Amino acid sequence: MSALTDEVLTFDEAMEKYDPVLGFEVHVELNTRTKMFSAAPNAFGDIPNTNVSPVDLGLPGVLPVVNGTAVESAIKIGLALNCSIAEKCYFARKNYFYPDTPKNFQTSQFEDPIAHDGYLDIELADGTVFRVEIERAHMEEDAGKLTHMGGAAGRIQGAEFSLVDYNRAGVPLIEIVTKPIEGAGARAPELAKAYVAAIREIVKNLGVSDARMERGNVRCDANVSLRPHGRETFGTRTETKNVNSLRAVEHAVRYEIQRHAAVLDSGTPILQETRHWHEDTRTTTSGRPKSDADDYRYFPEPDLVPVVTNDAWIEKLRAELPEPPAERRKRLQADWGYSDAEFRDVVNAGVMSSIEDTVTAGVSAAVARTWWMGEISRRAKLADVDPAEPGASPALIVELNALIESGKINDKLSRDVLDGVLAGEGTPAEVVEQRGLAVVSDDGPLLEAIDGALAAQPDVADKIRGGKVQAVGAIVGGVMKATRGQADAGRVRELILQRLGVEG
Amino acid sequence: MTELIHLSADALAQQLAAKQVSAVEATQAYLDRIDAVDGAVNAYLHVNTEEALLVAAEVDQARADGDTLHPLAGVPIAVKDLIVTKGQPTTAGSRILEGWQSPYDATVVQKLRAARMPILGKTNLDEFAMGSSTEHSAYGPTRNPWDLDRIPGGSGGGSAAAVAAFEAPLALGTDTGGAIRQPGAVPGTVGVKPTYGGVSRYGAIAMASSLDQIGPVSRTVLDSALLHEVIGGHDPRDSTSLTDPVGALVEAARLGQVEGMRIGVIKELQGEGYQAGVLTRFHESLELLRSAGAEIVEVSCPNFRYALEAYYLIMPSEASSNLAKYDGVRFGLRVVPEGAATIERVMGATRAAGFGDEVKRRIILGTYALSAGYYDAYYGSAQKVRTLIQRDFAAAFEQADVLISPTAPTTAFKLGEKLDDPLAMYLNDVATIPANMAGVPGLSLPGGLADEDGLPVGIQLLAPAREDARLYRVGAVLESLLEDSWGGPLLAQAPAVPQITGRNR
Repeated sequence: MSALTDEVLTFDEAMEKYDPVLGFEVHVELNTRTKMFSAAPNAFGDIPNTNVSPVDLGLPGVLPVVNGTAVESAIKIGLALNCSIAEKCYFARKNYFYPDTPKNFQTSQFEDPIAHDGYLDIELADGTVFRVEIERAHMEEDAGKLTHMGGAAGRIQGAEFSLVDYNRAGVPLIEIVTKPIEGAGARAPELAKAYVAAIREIVKNLGVSDARMERGNVRCDANVSLRPHGRETFGTRTETKNVNSLRAVEHAVRYEIQRHAAVLDSGTPILQETRHWHEDTRTTTSGRPKSDADDYRYFPEPDLVPVVTNDAWIEKLRAELPEPPAERRKRLQADWGYSDAEFRDVVNAGVMSSIEDTVTAGVSAAVARTWWMGEISRRAKLADVDPAEPGASPALIVELNALIESGKINDKLSRDVLDGVLAGEGTPAEVVEQRGLAVVSDDGPLLEAIDGALAAQPDVADKIRGGKVQAVGAIVGGVMKATRGQADAGRVRELILQRLGVEG
Repeated sequence: MTELIHLSADALAQQLAAKQVSAVEATQAYLDRIDAVDGAVNAYLHVNTEEALLVAAEVDQARADGDTLHPLAGVPIAVKDLIVTKGQPTTAGSRILEGWQSPYDATVVQKLRAARMPILGKTNLDEFAMGSSTEHSAYGPTRNPWDLDRIPGGSGGGSAAAVAAFEAPLALGTDTGGAIRQPGAVPGTVGVKPTYGGVSRYGAIAMASSLDQIGPVSRTVLDSALLHEVIGGHDPRDSTSLTDPVGALVEAARLGQVEGMRIGVIKELQGEGYQAGVLTRFHESLELLRSAGAEIVEVSCPNFRYALEAYYLIMPSEASSNLAKYDGVRFGLRVVPEGAATIERVMGATRAAGFGDEVKRRIILGTYALSAGYYDAYYGSAQKVRTLIQRDFAAAFEQADVLISPTAPTTAFKLGEKLDDPLAMYLNDVATIPANMAGVPGLSLPGGLADEDGLPVGIQLLAPAREDARLYRVGAVLESLLEDSWGGPLLAQAPAVPQITGRNR
């Protein structure tokens, strides 16, 4: 149905006429030790078909048993999304034939999810807060992984054969479904990205998922429809499947808005269907038709008893919840006294937690920021890794800072010490010792160097004598150069002024 | 050796314990009997000769060493081929699993192994336990030892016939709508469907998960109690398994008691549609119980009349989903059709070739009943009926401690007689289905021979959930009263089975 390359309007053109309505289904893989319904390990990246039990293969006679930790994780996610938790909920079978689903049905939840009717406040870059209503979060199992061989583009169509890895089959999933999100307007793509980022952050913060999108721990299906300005009823939606990076979520929503607008403008109805996202071209292509009446023949899973919760259990889990990420950010910014811009940079650089730990260890927020946003981020950027990865730790910052404060080293030397530590030469103190980096604190060698510097720049010396104290920097620089940076610049300045008989 | 195979499991166990007979002798006697008559009966799909003798020899050695053994150690047993066993094929009576071997043991099989009971082999059944005559087995029908032209009941006809023909002292069956009790009744054996959740279903190939239950098949009430205690109890691998301990069932069977008990006759499970000879024997049993001091009361379960219809919606619905896994992708039969072998075509061809007509019929029924637009009218309504049946039972058990009815409306019918009339076949389970719909336990025992055809009649006892012991308490008394009236076990009156060997193996 869809042409090879779909017509699109520009985003601005689309916005002139239409309001987008969004909806998201985000699948979160839990990091439980074992699978949702079996005792097989839940682990990523192992040799195919090694983390399987008879239950995961759906062998004749097997029965599922619910993973209690997964239920607790589901409740925690529900609570973090401000949902109500069902007192009693059932699993249901979603019946469809597909070779990645060993039983040819997926054990999921249908009419009564474990968590329902919540919301999440999403803060956009400029501080605008947008409330997204959560319809439900339910428990289910992941499918196996198919690899289609010999065909074009890794698709099942045209493949010569397909390989199935059931290691992922039965991994616990929580599917989080939003209500239709209206009123985002031109900010819809930005909101889409921010929403998925917020979900990812929450599940990571809860400790219930590794939340690595590149591993498929968090997967997003994005629903988009358009309606002309002023119209109440929703337009026909498309569902773009498995958009698996934050950037892609933003791009896919933007693209679908532009494509829908072009289709609607041409007077053609939107086909209700799934769409595939292509990162390389940043476009979507038609998937399969999807009607609201897709018949999965859901019925209550007779092999499982209902999950029954109670207030005491829920409140215990609620008490265990960590501080929500958004609130934590607000608290830390206030505590540290950073400007909005400074704080945003810290967050974007991914060093907020490192700074928090460093401050907790006794370093001032300003100094901690200088380190993490300065030297450490710079090194990380050069190595193209996370700032936490070059090996810098809050403890290291504490030690470096103590050496500076005691006057043993100065700022410049501290960079060399950091290099030494990161190169594996030992603790900061050991590096100072081994590299001979201590500040020269004996006035004798310093005075010698000062005299040399004054002699080399007599015109500057005259200026200072004449009252231009600010010119002292040039002499300090000369002294520092002569001492290979190992002098305390403050002391050098004092001694120069003394030498020239000038008041500092 | 003839005498040895005629011993009850309890008597055999005692002789084994007293070292009057060895486990190898007992096991060999049964293997010899299977060899002699199973060509005629076709009760077994697989005979496990080597392993059974090995286990028996180990038991004998252990006993010689003075080890403490389970009371049933060395007593052989047959296992319905719906229950998975390591080291033996499991077919579920279907071509789609031909040659498949399970890499794991069902929980009940683990328990048999722990008790060191030699497993004689796997018994025939209607394909995936779908049927009331064992005629729907892909491996040929099992025949009734009383009359080889008649059905042995189903789906567990193989287990019942094996026990009735002295090819095993004990067997495991599964009961979804009566598949232990009805074939128990038809060839004159004892069969028990425990309370739902009383015996782990892990490793029993599912037909309808909310109805299936594994239970014992034997020649005496006490033997069923002995086996029930071996296989019962909580299993963490079955979420629907009860946490209660299995209970003192053997003690209940040994003591027996009906005095002062209220025994409720279910008004709706007699009369029209029931064979005259069946009702005559049924009323005799009521008289015997009354004479032994039981109070016979009449109870009404008005919603039982909808049970069959509701059952034939719930069971196929669950079965249609449970049988989806047989697709040729991971195990069992795979049929690759001519031409482009897409996954859809391989799945379709495999299922077309691997499933028999009755299985296909139920998959189609269930798929339809669960379909959007029909779900509420069919599956939803059936679940409501189920609730009503449960309420009927609750009300009836207010008035009676145990309920009683004929197990099946008729005696064994002829092979092929109802094969083309599924509805007539389904009607055979009218008296047994309500217990599955409510999860309550039921026991069937032989009630004598119908006058018109000289074939066994079954009497069914039903108790409230978790009160399985009551079945054994009442069943043992009734059995003893009946045997007194016959001057011995009913099976002693059965004709000799013609010796035809080696037809199916």
